[in-house]
Amino acid sequence: MDNQLLLIWSDNAATSLVVWFVIVIISFYLGRNQAHQVLKMTGRMIFTTMRLWEFSLKKLEFRITKRNREILLANGAKAAEKAVEREFARVNNIVKRDLSKYPGLHRQIAESIEQIEVDYQKSAEAAPLPPAWGDVVQTIAALPTGGDPTVNKILSNIKKAVEESHQQTLKEYKKSSAESHRLLKNMQPQWRGIDEKLGEIDCKIKGLDKCSSNIDSQLKTYNDIMQGQDAAVSSLASSSLTQFFISGLVLAIATLGGLINFQLIAMPMAEMVGGSSYIGSLKTSDIAALVIILIEIAMGLFLFESLRITNLFPIISSMDDKMRRRMMFVTFFILAILATIESSLAYMRDLLALDKEALQQSLINAGTSSGIVEAQFRWIPSMGQMIMGFILPFALAFIAIPLESFIHSLRVVFGLLAIGIVRVFRIFVRMIGGFIHHLFKMFVHLFDLIIMVPLSIERLVKGKSQSESKPERVGLN
Amino acid sequence: MNYLNSKNTFKSCVLGFVAAVSLLLASCSGQKPSNKAVYLLLDTSGTYTAELAKAQAIMNYLLATLNSGDSIAIARIDSGSFSEKDIIAKTAFDLRPSTANDQKRLFKHKVDQFVSGVERGSRNTDITGGIMQASDFVNETRAGEKYVLIFSDLEEDLSKGHIRDFPIDVQGIEVIALNVTKLRSDNIDPRDYKKRLAEWQKRVEQGGGVWRVLNDLERLETLIGR
Repeated sequence: MDNQLLLIWSDNAATSLVVWFVIVIISFYLGRNQAHQVLKMTGRMIFTTMRLWEFSLKKLEFRITKRNREILLANGAKAAEKAVEREFARVNNIVKRDLSKYPGLHRQIAESIEQIEVDYQKSAEAAPLPPAWGDVVQTIAALPTGGDPTVNKILSNIKKAVEESHQQTLKEYKKSSAESHRLLKNMQPQWRGIDEKLGEIDCKIKGLDKCSSNIDSQLKTYNDIMQGQDAAVSSLASSSLTQFFISGLVLAIATLGGLINFQLIAMPMAEMVGGSSYIGSLKTSDIAALVIILIEIAMGLFLFESLRITNLFPIISSMDDKMRRRMMFVTFFILAILATIESSLAYMRDLLALDKEALQQSLINAGTSSGIVEAQFRWIPSMGQMIMGFILPFALAFIAIPLESFIHSLRVVFGLLAIGIVRVFRIFVRMIGGFIHHLFKMFVHLFDLIIMVPLSIERLVKGKSQSESKPERVGLN
Repeated sequence: MNYLNSKNTFKSCVLGFVAAVSLLLASCSGQKPSNKAVYLLLDTSGTYTAELAKAQAIMNYLLATLNSGDSIAIARIDSGSFSEKDIIAKTAFDLRPSTANDQKRLFKHKVDQFVSGVERGSRNTDITGGIMQASDFVNETRAGEKYVLIFSDLEEDLSKGHIRDFPIDVQGIEVIALNVTKLRSDNIDPRDYKKRLAEWQKRVEQGGGVWRVLNDLERLETLIGR
C-alpha cells in the first residue's frame, strides 16, 4: 500500500519521491502562515499551562511553608513555655526550700551580732592603769632623806605602799586584759558562723540569679518565637531535625531490644498457645509474643503519660491527680506482672532449648547414650536470660520518650520534605514549560528551513520587483 | 487552638499508622506452612531385614524434622500388610513442643525395640496392602502434606489368595521409595529393576499420587518438605 502510494507519480521510485517532495514543499510553503500560527500557539499554550501549574505549585509550597512555620512556632512556643514554667518551678522550690528558712537565719545572725556587741562592750571595760603612779614613785625615791632614819622609813613605807598598790593595779589590769582577750576569742566562732551563713545566703541568691537569667533567656526566645522571627524559625527547624534523627536512632535501638525480647519469649509461647496454629502466615505463638511486647510498650506509654513525662494522650494528662496516680500504679503493676511473666518465659525457653538439644543429640547419636552432658556453669545463661526477660520490658517502656520526640519532629520533617518535593517539581515544571516554548520556536525556524527553496525564490522575486519599481519611481520623480 | 486540634489529630494518625503497620506485619500475606503426615513402611521380608538399621536413620531424621501438629506412623510390610496390627508406632505430635519432644522419645524407643526384636523376615511381601493402610492413615490426619515412605526393594510377593491387582487410591499423597535395593535377578537383567520401578510409578500416578525414588540416604534433607 505504501509502495503504491509512493509510486503513484512514476514507476521510478526516485522520480516519484522527488514529485512527492515538491508537493510537500509547495504545500508547506502555501500553508506557511497557518503552520507558524499552529506551532507558535501550541508552544505558547503548553508554556502557559506549565506556568499555571508552576503558580499553583508555588502557592502550595507557600501554604506548606506557612503551615510548617506555624507548627514550628507553636512547638517552639510550647517548649519555651514549658522551659519558663520549669524555671519558675525551680525558683519556687529554691524560695520554698531555702529562703523559707531565712527569718530563722536572720534571727541567728542578729543574735550573733548582738552577742558580739555585748562581748565587745565587755571587752572594752578594762581597768585603766593609774596614770601617774610611776612619777609618784620616782618623786618619792628622789626626796632627800637627810639621813633621818624616821623619814627614810616613812619614805620607804610610802614607796613600798605605792609599789604594792602599783603591782595590784597592774595585776588587775592584766586580769582585765586577759578577760577582754577571752571575750574577743569567744567572738571568733560567732564571726565565722556569720560568715558561713552569709556565704549560704550568697549561694542561694546566686542560684536564684542563675534561674532568673535562664528565665530571661527563655523569655527572649519565647518573645522571638511569638514575633515569628526567621532566626527563631530556622533554629527550631534545625532543632526538630536533630530531634528527629536522635529519636529515630533511639527508636531503632529500642526496636532491636524488642527483637531480642521477642526471641526470648516466642519459643516458650508455643507451650501456651500451641506450636502449630497459625494466623495468616505467622505462628500464633509469635503473634502472642509480639502482642505481649506491644502491650508492654503501651503500658510504658501510659506510665510515662501518667507521670506527665510525655504528652501523647491529652485525656490522661488532663485527668485529676488522684486518678492519674491510680493509673500510674495500675500501669506499673501490669508492667511488673508482664516482666515477671517474661522472666519465667525466658527461663522456660532455656529449659525447652536444653530439652530439644538433648533430643537432637539422642537422635543424632542413635545407639549411643542419649542426653547431653550437663555443663558446669549452665545456670549462668539461664539466670542471664531471666534477668534480661525481667529488665527488657521496663527498658522498652522508656520508648515513650523518644517516640514522642519522633512524632513531634516527624510532622516538621514531613513538612520540610513536602516543601522540598513541591519546590523541585515546580522548578521542573517551569523548566519543561520554557524548554517546550523554545522548542516550538525552533520548530518554526525548522519549518522555514524545509521550505527554504520557495522562500528564497519569493525573496528573489520580491527583490527584483522592488528594484524594477524603484527606477520607475525615480523616473516619475 | 486550631493548630492544637490538628496536632492531636496528627498524633492519632501517626499512632494509628504504627498500629496499622504492626497489624499488617502480623497478618502479612503468604501461606502458612501446612502440617505433615508421614507413614513409613518397613519391608521385613527375607534378606531386606538386614537393611533395617538404615530405616532407623530415616526415622531419626523424620523425628528431628517433624514438629508440633505433624503426624507419623511406622508400619512393617509382611505377608498381609493391610492391617492395623502391622503398625509399629504412630503418633500425632502435641501442640506443646515439650510434650512433642517426649512423644518423639517414646516413638524412637518403640521403633528401636521393634528393630532389635526382628529376627527373621516375613514369608511374603504385601506392599500394596501397606500402601492402602498408609493412605488411609495419612488421609485421616487431614494434613496439608501427606507422605508415604516405602523402605523396600519393591518386590511384591503376595501369599496365595490375596487380591491386590486393582488400582490404589493415593490422591494427593507423595509416595517415596527409599533404598530400593537391587535383587540378584536385577543384576542378571537390570531391565527388571527399571521395570519394577516403572510399574510402581504407574500405579501410584494412576492413583493420583506423586512418585519419587530416593536411594541415596545421605541426601535425606530432600525427603520431605522440599
